[in-house]
Amino acid sequence: MSATTESPLPAPSILARLTQAKPLIVLLLLMWVPLIIYVMFGEAIGDGARLVLLPAIPATILLYILAMRAWWESKIAIIGASLVFFWLLMAVSAPYLPLMDPNQPIAPFTLPFSEKKDIFFWLGTDYKGRDMLSRDIWGCQRVIVWGVSATLVAYVVGTAFGLLAGYLGGWWDEVISFIANILLSFPVMVLFILILNYLGQSGFNIVIAVTFASAPAIMRIVRGLALDIKSRDYVYAAQTRGEHPIWIMVVELLPNVRGPIIVDACLRLGYTTVAITTLTFLGLGLQPPDPDWGLMIKEAANTAMIFKFSYMLIIPALSVSSLILGFNLMADGLREMSLRD
Amino acid sequence: MLKLILRRLGQMVLIMAVVSFVLFLVFDSDKFKKQIAVNELGGFGVQTLTEQEYDDWLTSKGLNVPFYVRYVEWVGNVLHGDFGFSFEKNTEVGPLLAERLVATGILGFWVFALMIPIALITGVVAGMKEGSVQDRAVSFVSVFTTSIPEIATAIILTVIFALGLGWLPTKSAMTQGFDWTQLVLPVMTLVLYDFGYVARMTRASMAEVMTSQYIRTAILKGIPYHRVIMKHALRNALIAPFTVIVLQLNWLLSGVVVVEVFFQYNGFGKMLLDAALFGDIYVIQAGTLAAVFVAVFSQIISDVGYTLLNPRIRFS
Repeated sequence: MSATTESPLPAPSILARLTQAKPLIVLLLLMWVPLIIYVMFGEAIGDGARLVLLPAIPATILLYILAMRAWWESKIAIIGASLVFFWLLMAVSAPYLPLMDPNQPIAPFTLPFSEKKDIFFWLGTDYKGRDMLSRDIWGCQRVIVWGVSATLVAYVVGTAFGLLAGYLGGWWDEVISFIANILLSFPVMVLFILILNYLGQSGFNIVIAVTFASAPAIMRIVRGLALDIKSRDYVYAAQTRGEHPIWIMVVELLPNVRGPIIVDACLRLGYTTVAITTLTFLGLGLQPPDPDWGLMIKEAANTAMIFKFSYMLIIPALSVSSLILGFNLMADGLREMSLRD
Repeated sequence: MLKLILRRLGQMVLIMAVVSFVLFLVFDSDKFKKQIAVNELGGFGVQTLTEQEYDDWLTSKGLNVPFYVRYVEWVGNVLHGDFGFSFEKNTEVGPLLAERLVATGILGFWVFALMIPIALITGVVAGMKEGSVQDRAVSFVSVFTTSIPEIATAIILTVIFALGLGWLPTKSAMTQGFDWTQLVLPVMTLVLYDFGYVARMTRASMAEVMTSQYIRTAILKGIPYHRVIMKHALRNALIAPFTVIVLQLNWLLSGVVVVEVFFQYNGFGKMLLDAALFGDIYVIQAGTLAAVFVAVFSQIISDVGYTLLNPRIRFS
């Protein structure tokens, strides 16, 4: 560049500079790692737990601003992202909000917007007298953390096997596809129940169960995409250069199948959230007393089948619906945008 | 064609064999045996048993035989139409399975009877004119209804129609014989959840047909619009939804668990859940076999139907 150029291109704004792969990954990790540590290992770190989530709050807000900027052309994606990020923000900031202890019984069957024992309950209390607002927000933390982790693990496993089956073909393909077929032919519920019963009921085992249930379907999608792509010239070029098959799969194939995978991942996040809520409702998932939407529904369905107290059912039901609606709208918007390009 | 069907059926038998073997293997663990014991005798009852008494109990249930022996015996029995004995319900599995399948079948029949016309009509209306008001309205409604999980739909409907208005009962246990009012809420829940997906598939298929050359030709020839839609477009547009609808059979069988449990409807899904929680191995086996059968069979129907409906595939 010559020094005489008087009007250099305007320097990209901070937001534009952040909308690149590396800063985005850093931001995502900044939001996600504290959440995981807080929910999965909160007891192990003790007092530090109160501080762990602090960096996640600005990261979440920043990510939301970036998402708004990037997806501005699609109203649907914006609405979806707003719903999802609302719950994400609730999840990361739950410990710092002025909420009551979600497990402390205060005044049973207090209606929403009413006062009892000098405490104003926005959303009332449940049958044990625990604050519904607080339980709802704390519940979203567990649902989001376990839901997203489970989807993530399922994706890593499914994509790895899909690439192996699609790219290597032959025996790899036969064996992997056969195992996937068997797993897919189990009724999903039986598979969940079997695994959770066998391993015991905990968040980590939910991750394993979801992986077993979703990975075969993901593997099929990735396998199809890999089959399509592996005959492209750039793959032949890489083979001629003598690159290692694993390197080719990860560096040449994976980035080129990411489009459909990202859309599918958004949809699957929704399914997994439903699955986790449903499992807890059926009494198989996360254990009481910590709040969880499925658990709230289950408890309310057994104790509050009266119209006056139906808020106990409606609140968690609407919460989970709005989160899933968010995921689905985001998937829709992303698909729309990818078709337009 | 015949070869394809035979190959599929062969695969089905193989998958059934592997799946049931895996189930026997899993349920052979000490943990599951203990679980059955706890469920049957009570946790306290099991603790007081001595080693010898526990072994006797296992023998009386036929559980101390190695699982592969039980497996071979079970396969032989199944081939004779004997599905074994339920530990929990204390009945033969065969009649139990039949009864529950009929119950879920009734539920499924009404779901399909309502869902198919609604989904097809809304999908066709939306796909006729891409980007029109009706298109966007249908797309929005279908995303919305499919996004609300079954459990939430069930809750909202129950709160409105059963608790609020008092028109319908909250539970569908059918303790006093068959009662159609108890069927309304579960059917509505399933229809609301499922119709959006089929409607979107129909819309996509219809929209694709409407952009094709022969439809443009038909319109330009001056054929009335409604005739173009009814005679020319629909035939091709309904092929893809047909396969989707048949595949919903499979979803219905395992997707109803939540609805059946929430409304306490004694169907196939609830049977599977109860059996799995109890450790009732023979019921789980029979239920899984039925589910695998339905899954593979609906796949075959949809493939065969697709080939028959779509001349382009038939002649190639």
